[in-house]
Amino acid sequence: MLKAKKTSKIIDPQHAGFNKTTDSERRKAFAVREPQKDISLRLKELYEYHELIYFLIWRDLKVRYKQTALGVAWAIIQPFMTMVVFTIFFGNLAKMPSEGLPYPVFSFAALLPWQLFANAMTTSSNSLVNNRDLITKVYFPRIILPIASIVAGLVDFCIAFIVLVAMILYYGIIPSAAILVLPLFVLLAMASALAVSMWLSALNVQYRDVRHLIPFMTQIWLFVTPIAYPSSLVPENWRFVYGLNPMAGVVEGFRWALLGKSNVSWSLVTISSLMVLFLLIGGVLYFRRMERTFADVV
Amino acid sequence: MWFRMSDIYIKVRGISKEYRIGERNEYKTIRDSITGFTSRNYKRLISSFDRKPVGASSTDSPADIKPLNNYFWSLQDVSFDVSKGEVVGIIGRNGAGKSTLLKIITGITEPTEGRIDIYGRIASLLEVGTGFHLELTGRENIYLNGAILGMKRQEIDRKFDEIVDFSEIHQFIDTPVKYYSSGMRIRLGFSVAAHLEPEILLIDEVLAVGDAAFQKKCLGKLNNVATSEGRTVLFVSHDMTAILSLCHRTVFLENGRKISEGPTDQIVQQYMQSMSTSFELPLEERADRQGDSSVMITSLKIEDSEPGAPIRSGSQLKIKFNYKSDNPIRFPRIIINIRDFASRINILRLDSEMCVDGIPENLPPVGCVTCLTEELLLTPGRCVVDLEFRRGMVKADKIENAGHFDIEPDDVYGSGKLPSRGQSVSLIKYKWQLE
Repeated sequence: MLKAKKTSKIIDPQHAGFNKTTDSERRKAFAVREPQKDISLRLKELYEYHELIYFLIWRDLKVRYKQTALGVAWAIIQPFMTMVVFTIFFGNLAKMPSEGLPYPVFSFAALLPWQLFANAMTTSSNSLVNNRDLITKVYFPRIILPIASIVAGLVDFCIAFIVLVAMILYYGIIPSAAILVLPLFVLLAMASALAVSMWLSALNVQYRDVRHLIPFMTQIWLFVTPIAYPSSLVPENWRFVYGLNPMAGVVEGFRWALLGKSNVSWSLVTISSLMVLFLLIGGVLYFRRMERTFADVV
Repeated sequence: MWFRMSDIYIKVRGISKEYRIGERNEYKTIRDSITGFTSRNYKRLISSFDRKPVGASSTDSPADIKPLNNYFWSLQDVSFDVSKGEVVGIIGRNGAGKSTLLKIITGITEPTEGRIDIYGRIASLLEVGTGFHLELTGRENIYLNGAILGMKRQEIDRKFDEIVDFSEIHQFIDTPVKYYSSGMRIRLGFSVAAHLEPEILLIDEVLAVGDAAFQKKCLGKLNNVATSEGRTVLFVSHDMTAILSLCHRTVFLENGRKISEGPTDQIVQQYMQSMSTSFELPLEERADRQGDSSVMITSLKIEDSEPGAPIRSGSQLKIKFNYKSDNPIRFPRIIINIRDFASRINILRLDSEMCVDGIPENLPPVGCVTCLTEELLLTPGRCVVDLEFRRGMVKADKIENAGHFDIEPDDVYGSGKLPSRGQSVSLIKYKWQLE
């Protein structure tokens, strides 16, 4: 053992002296450019670029509230005002059931993961088109752009979460141990956003229709997700179809983990999670297949 | 033992790249691709009726689709090697495929055929200041831009002061870049890029920007990078003096093919000769036209009035173009604008209506018009040409940036010295006197 250590010590300075590369290392090509035949996820390469992901997130955050009067307050105002409107119309006027919870908390706890998803999906789906100059001038795994936009959305979520905590305290709700799995549902919301934006961002490069589709889509999507109403309103035999909406499971699970009381439909959460997984794998593969021509088309 | 002759850093083998015409300029909507799909299949169906019995259409579909979609090869079967520590130039006219080649090597786009093996960390400099965010400060942009170009964070920390020094914008480093002048942005962008330390560096025409003094500084820095630090560099430029001073070896591309490869001075000479031989630029496929399309300018040729000679400072210029129209043209008026390439500033306007030796009042439907200038006393550099064809008051066809030409230095003053394009656009003969 001692011997081995010694020899390695002798060789090392020589390696270092030759600009970190040795003949045997270098004969293996550092990179190969050729028409891609198979689709691989190239996760290792993604790791090599982790600093760029970090810088792009940092850029998004730095820029987001520049030259705004209210600044970060926007992260709170949006979900909060929506909650107020929902409470007045759905809670008070329509007398929507809220599973024994105060309606404001009931809807706000659902609006947070929803906003996380909707905003992340929107910015992420436009990320490739908005960073056209980067795509045509520099190489990096293109998947970095949608990923960075999604992670940057998490900050808004965290800020709004403080308001949610305040509301929980105000209404005197005591979370159960289920709160420990809350981060999982946040992750699931981000995974859903990533899954959808893998498809939409790649499509957006070629078809700018996507840009018009997204606002319309999120609007509809809001109503097929149990935000203003509990999922128990959906008839039992329609639950399966309802669960195909990835956000149905996310919102349901998030509300359960935080507020505890609602009787969560586990089949719904399972179907939604599987749907996210399915969409995500398909989306990443589709993205990887399309990214070869992004620079030529965007 | 380590430094063998076979120490190849970039191995390019049979690279081809096919583009669809128009693909680069416009994006599609789903409606377009649906209509495209149906018309394509409709035509395929028709042609299958014409030539072959039913059932044959699917087998010969590639041949049917091709002519309809207008493919062209931006690069065709290009191969060469770059060894460790070599500085290799790539020259050729606009559209010869130089930039496409760099884009393939960096991985921005993928080749249609062929393979490139790269043995080292690679960084590219296709445009200065890529990814600058206007809302961020100079300091923040140095980090962002550095990361985009592939620098590690500690690397940027380490070189930060050096980068700021080089850019000469100390006092504005915490000002948002949106308040910078374009010159300052370029300086900052180049400074970041100049401090990259990859094993292989690809550079595309970055010297065509900035003021003359800074350009000189950049060239000096590049020279350092390329020579003393023993880095492998692939350098694309139209600036033959830069190519001659930096590159050991040069590859000459034309129409996507490699014409030759060898010692820089030989190849540059060959390139200059090919530039001076008459070269007609087709314009029919240009989509960025203005006007009512009653006349179409179909091609443009800019050359020295002396056949075979390159365009120099003091050359008489011959600008020749072809046009076509459905009818004879009444009251034609032709305007040729010559502008500086980098600044886009108008240098000259050649207007057939302002000239005594203009063009006749009637022109045939198809023809060729030539404008011959007197001695054009301009500094060496690139000029772009806008072409406009009017019928009376009507703008019939106008193409901005229809073509360009490069003015080579010539000893106009007999002193062996000329101002650069950054110092002056035009030249004039003058003398000094002590009164």
